[in-house]
Amino acid sequence: MRRAGAGGGAGGARLRLAALLGPPLLWLTLAYLGSLAVLLLSAFWTTDSFTSDVVRTWNTDNIQELLTTPVYRTIALRTLAIAVAVTLLDALLALPMAFCMARVASPRWRRPLLVAVLTPLWASYLVKAYAWRVMLSEDGVVNSLLSPLGLHGPGYGTPAVVLVLAYLWLPYMILPVYAALERLPERTLEASADLGAGTWRTLRSVVLPAVRPALFAGSVFTFSLSLGDYITVQIVGGKTQLLGNAIASQVTLDLPMAAALSAVPVVLIVCYLAAVRRAGALDAL
Amino acid sequence: MRKRTTSAWRSAAAVCALLLTAAGCGSDDDGKAAHAPGKLGKGEGKVNIIAWAGYAEDGSNDPQADWVHPFEKKTGCKVDTKTAGTSDEMVSLMKTGQYDTVSASGDATLRLIASGDAAPVNTKLVPNYKDIFPALKQQPFNSKDGRMYGIPHGRGANLLMYRTDKVKPAPDSWRAVFDDAAAHNGRVTAYDSPIYIADAALYLMRAKPSLGIKNPYALDKKQLDAAVTLLKKQHKAIGEYWSDYQKEITAFKGGDSVIGTTWQVIANLTQAEKAPVKAVLPKEGATGWSDTWMVSAKAEHPNCAYKWLDWIVSPKVNAQVAEYFGEAPANRKACAETSDPNHCAVFHADDEKYFQRVHFWTTPIKQCLDGRKNTTCTDYAQWTRAWTEVKG
Amino acid sequence: MRLSRTARIVLGCVTAAGLAVVYAPLLLVLLNSFNADRSFGWPPSGLTGEWWRAALHNDGARDALFTSLKAGLAATGIALVLGTMAAYAVHRHRFFGRRTVSFLLVLPIALPGIVSGIALNAAFRTVLDPFGIGFGLFTVVVGHATFCVVVVFNNVAARLRRISPSMAEASADLGARPWQTFRHVTFPAMRSALFAGALLAFALSFDEIVVTTFTAGPGTRTLPIWIYENLARPHQAPVVNVVAALLIALSVVPVAIAQRLSSDTAGGRL
Repeated sequence: MRRAGAGGGAGGARLRLAALLGPPLLWLTLAYLGSLAVLLLSAFWTTDSFTSDVVRTWNTDNIQELLTTPVYRTIALRTLAIAVAVTLLDALLALPMAFCMARVASPRWRRPLLVAVLTPLWASYLVKAYAWRVMLSEDGVVNSLLSPLGLHGPGYGTPAVVLVLAYLWLPYMILPVYAALERLPERTLEASADLGAGTWRTLRSVVLPAVRPALFAGSVFTFSLSLGDYITVQIVGGKTQLLGNAIASQVTLDLPMAAALSAVPVVLIVCYLAAVRRAGALDAL
Repeated sequence: MRKRTTSAWRSAAAVCALLLTAAGCGSDDDGKAAHAPGKLGKGEGKVNIIAWAGYAEDGSNDPQADWVHPFEKKTGCKVDTKTAGTSDEMVSLMKTGQYDTVSASGDATLRLIASGDAAPVNTKLVPNYKDIFPALKQQPFNSKDGRMYGIPHGRGANLLMYRTDKVKPAPDSWRAVFDDAAAHNGRVTAYDSPIYIADAALYLMRAKPSLGIKNPYALDKKQLDAAVTLLKKQHKAIGEYWSDYQKEITAFKGGDSVIGTTWQVIANLTQAEKAPVKAVLPKEGATGWSDTWMVSAKAEHPNCAYKWLDWIVSPKVNAQVAEYFGEAPANRKACAETSDPNHCAVFHADDEKYFQRVHFWTTPIKQCLDGRKNTTCTDYAQWTRAWTEVKG
Repeated sequence: MRLSRTARIVLGCVTAAGLAVVYAPLLLVLLNSFNADRSFGWPPSGLTGEWWRAALHNDGARDALFTSLKAGLAATGIALVLGTMAAYAVHRHRFFGRRTVSFLLVLPIALPGIVSGIALNAAFRTVLDPFGIGFGLFTVVVGHATFCVVVVFNNVAARLRRISPSMAEASADLGARPWQTFRHVTFPAMRSALFAGALLAFALSFDEIVVTTFTAGPGTRTLPIWIYENLARPHQAPVVNVVAALLIALSVVPVAIAQRLSSDTAGGRL
């Protein structure tokens, strides 16, 4: 690709590149990475226990406490498990729904269906979470629907958190999967069928590989948004405590400890992003 | 690829080194000894307030509740309010130095005093201070060395609420949510804050005298451990912890919670929703909160802040706030101004016998608040970590 | 692909059921905005239009709406400029660290809001304070723009990948300067991608609460913050329900416009 030099020499191209890339990267570095670095560095500071003022003496007490106190490990593992469960649930729901929207529904219906999936993104997150609180309540909608069947809803607790988070982030998973499926040429599917592959075989060998990057792209949202959430948990989580809650409860009193705790989701997500980038997820976002 | 990430990190590190230098040069505050003004000057035309939701209403949420606009009209001080959800949030907002005054509860006040973020208040400059209930003056949670660090605003107890149709016989002791909590497995609720450890300590004062707890906010390591053990046991029976009105009202109304701590106003609202609930002050007494309007040591608009302090505890306004928020007013003349003549009776505003049984929230500190000299107590940071552990 | 009739019906049912679950809570919000109860009670004890009347005269909600619109538009504007520049750079140039750019851009949205929030809060406090710049709408916009850049970048980058390079080359061969090529050739082809990206960026900003909590100053109240605060007030829950119901009803408009404008893709990529 030498097109870069089309309007001038290599020097001009470099200049143009710098002009194009400079502002966004400068913004990102100054406004975001700088802040993040300051935060993570402050994990090595400590707090005056009474005044809650940050004392800038270098030490690793917070990190040690984080690694040696069992309760933080429990919380981290629970949060990770919930994020994975939400992602799997969303993938399971999004695949058939997106497939139906993109390949089964008649083209006339595709747009309305997509609008229908995207509209809830505009409704307030808090209000949706509260609506679920009402639905899942002891005397709520879910229980009044299930009780004739002799069943009982999940109530407030970890299952409710998984359910509501999966609900909240579902459009983020459907959208990329839909886009990938819609782009899949009919010819490819027909070729697979002509070669004698059955429906399942075609799904497994042609459709799934095509949507895999999109699934990973969607999972970036479902996984990382779940990993950091602390408001939904407060609303429907019963007594469940997640990493977000632990950070939120420390942040005003003990910023260094909160910073140390923040390092956990940061490390998890950076690892996750690095992993899914190999699968081409970032290009399919 | 790994190399590139490293270089990105290196540049990030360079930037943050710059930031650190900037920070190190700029803000080494040594102004810990703030002074109260001797007299007031003209208003600065503006005041920035941190308040609990419902404390500084300008009618934008409920046209009936507006005591900000009359204040602005009277004093020419324009009010900007930031609503804080928790005491911790109030402390961190005060630390920004952008606010002039805050309605701090007792679990925040001592921290603000100690860090030098709050300045002593010259009560002579607040004419309405003379009508404040004497029991609220010079308390450990709003004063230090005999100097007031704010103007008392209102108070309330953390009561025991239960569903009359699900909890029988009617409880009269905190035992119902501690040792007997299993009877309502999964339906018990508790306030979601480290300060709730004091509720367990209060119960242990009576239930386990051998621990020697004299003040629920002065716990040594052993006493804190005992409270944490009790709370961990309670955790098994907890359905959810609550921190806002809405959550608790819906939980009691829907039957998700049947017993737990509450505020008087929540009990009233839940009853107004026709839920069969009742709130009692158990025989052990209760913890409670008393809010204090404090002035920032870095206040940019101290004159307007003092005007606000006097305004908010003036009889009429204090009555308005107390009714809107649902608490006992601090100004005794406010009781004559409430639109519901029974308000002060319902909230026990002038019932000192009632409030003698209430241990108001106080920030736990290393130096034992009960006067013990031979031991160090656990501080709020330790309570916070203990609370994380209780919730598991 | 030949799907059996049964498979088609099953898929249709799954989708219908999925959509039903998606809309059930929203319908509940709508219903509850007429609920005579003061808390979100179920079942409703009676119907009333009182909350709608109260909400329409609610200045706090209106001010918060305008603050949210302002913050959203400003953040979207910044994100559009920065995201497009970054996408253009990555697409048109080969350089050291090129693949790291998309990785860096996605970080602000992938990391938990609370981490970004406290990081920005700490940084603003140390860096802006000495200049006398306090927290306010400005800091909210900076925070929002940071995580909005990536959605614009993704939309534009995806479109650039699919625009035939020969168009731009032809334009250059005809003697157009790069800027002219951009204005007359590339930009028209990217317009719908830009719009889709902008819409998503705006939606993200409009519903953001955590970063906003940590970056808003005194008196800066966006709509989500207003909702959060009012859920903590004793008498406001019904009015919050009305505002939410209104938002849901109004949200069909921008989404539908987006669908109309973006002819080829799914109305945007995340």
